[in-house]
Amino acid sequence: MRPLESTKKLKEILKNYYQELYEASKDENQKVAWCSSIGPAEILVAAGFKVYFPENHGALIGVRRLATKYITRANSIGFSPDICSYLTSDIGAYLLKETPLKDAYGIPEIPKPDILVYSTNQCRELQDWFSFYSREWNVTSYGIFYPWKVDEIGKEYLDTIISQLKSLIKKLEEITGKKFDYDKFKEVIKLSKEASILWRKFLESAKNIPSPITFFDGTIQMAPIVMMRGLKTAKDYYEILLKEVEERVKNKIPAVENEKIRFYWEGMPVWGKLRFFAELFESINSCVVASTYCNSWIIDELSEDEPFESMAECYLKIFINRSENIKEKELLKMVQEYKVDAIIFHDAKTCPYNTNTRFGMPERMREKYGIKALVIYGDLNDLRCFSEEQTKTLIETFAQSFEK
Amino acid sequence: MKNKTKFFLGVDIGSYYTKAVLINENKEIVAREVTESGLSFEETSEKVLKNICKKYEIKKEDINKMVSTGVGRENFPYKDFTRTEISCLVKGVFHYFKKECTIIDIGGEDVKVVIMDKDGREMNFSMNRKCAAGTGAFLEDISRRLKMGINELHSLAEKAKESIEINSFCTVFAGTEIIHLIREGKKIENIARGVYESLVSRILSMVRINKNLVMTGGVIHHNPIVADILEERMGIKPYVPPEPQFVVAFGASLFALENA
Repeated sequence: MRPLESTKKLKEILKNYYQELYEASKDENQKVAWCSSIGPAEILVAAGFKVYFPENHGALIGVRRLATKYITRANSIGFSPDICSYLTSDIGAYLLKETPLKDAYGIPEIPKPDILVYSTNQCRELQDWFSFYSREWNVTSYGIFYPWKVDEIGKEYLDTIISQLKSLIKKLEEITGKKFDYDKFKEVIKLSKEASILWRKFLESAKNIPSPITFFDGTIQMAPIVMMRGLKTAKDYYEILLKEVEERVKNKIPAVENEKIRFYWEGMPVWGKLRFFAELFESINSCVVASTYCNSWIIDELSEDEPFESMAECYLKIFINRSENIKEKELLKMVQEYKVDAIIFHDAKTCPYNTNTRFGMPERMREKYGIKALVIYGDLNDLRCFSEEQTKTLIETFAQSFEK
Repeated sequence: MKNKTKFFLGVDIGSYYTKAVLINENKEIVAREVTESGLSFEETSEKVLKNICKKYEIKKEDINKMVSTGVGRENFPYKDFTRTEISCLVKGVFHYFKKECTIIDIGGEDVKVVIMDKDGREMNFSMNRKCAAGTGAFLEDISRRLKMGINELHSLAEKAKESIEINSFCTVFAGTEIIHLIREGKKIENIARGVYESLVSRILSMVRINKNLVMTGGVIHHNPIVADILEERMGIKPYVPPEPQFVVAFGASLFALENA
């Protein structure tokens, strides 16, 4: 896989982000909020909070292959090995008073929050994950409750979310002791939208043949769109990144040499095996050009003219929160737009929400639309659920089937 | 005459056994060999090659192309290229059975199921997850618990008048359940039959069976009762190719021939 030069800049940005977060957590005059990865970050930023995303901490634990040690620790206090391994990794690390943030960004501990804010648009587990810390630190855990697995978007759905977002603002005003600045909110929404438009353009560069990027680039480059929504830093970084990728497109520089097969990745990444997968796909002359996962942070329909309404709609209609019917259409659209040869579905043992294999989706994609599909079994963090040899055999066989 | 013949070798380095098949340019099997895979795939595969050469009185240089497959496919030192065991399985089966079918291959540590179309293309395939239930390892573990060989387990199962249901979800818990059944005084042959029924249940949960069913692999080779139970349950008589344990190695040898 051809590395992107911009990543050096990304590392600097992330280091500064975590340093600022840590300093804020130690400064009485600053406030820190924890937020779920597709939670109402723009409101928190506009209210003056530094925002920390524990799911990113979970992923970092996965990347560094520390998860098994931490998961078993969380299991020992009653958190099942069958629930989200981000949750069990993160809580296990907390119990052992360890964090990979120390090695990665030089901060000695996770930043203690003044409020925990989650949305239920992703999964059930975040509520209980944040409840744990709420009990530990006696900090408010505030949930935005979304209608689940929606098909058509109804106004009544949006109204319930908008009123909850407005109530959140009241809660934040109590904590900060300051009136919420609605002009700043509009500015933050605009910045978030602009970063998201750039993120979309970056991902869509993979529509080119050969693709200048892979899904594995996406999993690295997504950090700002997850953690810095509403900050100028994210927008500025994606401008640099996009310029580099456009240069690749112009000069027809491929992400992988000799791209013959184009795959779509459905489901979570296996964080501890990114290199294994990147090398495996490259070895069979294939490129994973698009994914549900990276696309989940395209929220470019935000509007500074209707900040609440657009936030409610963008965060309600994320892929993970849609009906099977909508998901099916969305996958079909992606396959066509990215000229994908086949879909690889990752069945992640501990993440049923981001796993779309369990209600017959791969079979329907094959039978209704004639799209080749392969299911592999693993997990986002718990590598005990993953067999490298078996996965290699399945993916190599899949590639060999294209030779006929 | 022998020196003018072209030879092609397929080596299937499996988790339990390494199988090799030598064919001539007419796709006829001229020699085959099987041995336990042991701890070193390199040494075992070399040994298998040596034995094949000795058996058929040829030198390894007389073999035009060699293809390795199976879990240890990268470890065979003399390979020209590799193919996965699923690709070789389909290639081998298609040689014998040129119809759309479901293929079930039960090996030492894995079960592979493939839907093959009438042109020999795999339309869909999967393997068991990280679990021994439904594989040869399940039968080995249960036989060990019952302090008997697999052959004896098979003979007992054939004598059964009825079957006792045993869970098919976990090998360890199935073993515990069996000990409990023995203590309850259940007939050992009925328990043995239940073990095979459990294996079949596990496999049936993995795949939608096509009207044509082909079974291959070491387990079917040594435990033909599995095919009988499947036939009873599904009403389809499975086709078992000759020497089902060698089909994958044979498929590899066909790849060697095609790419010569």
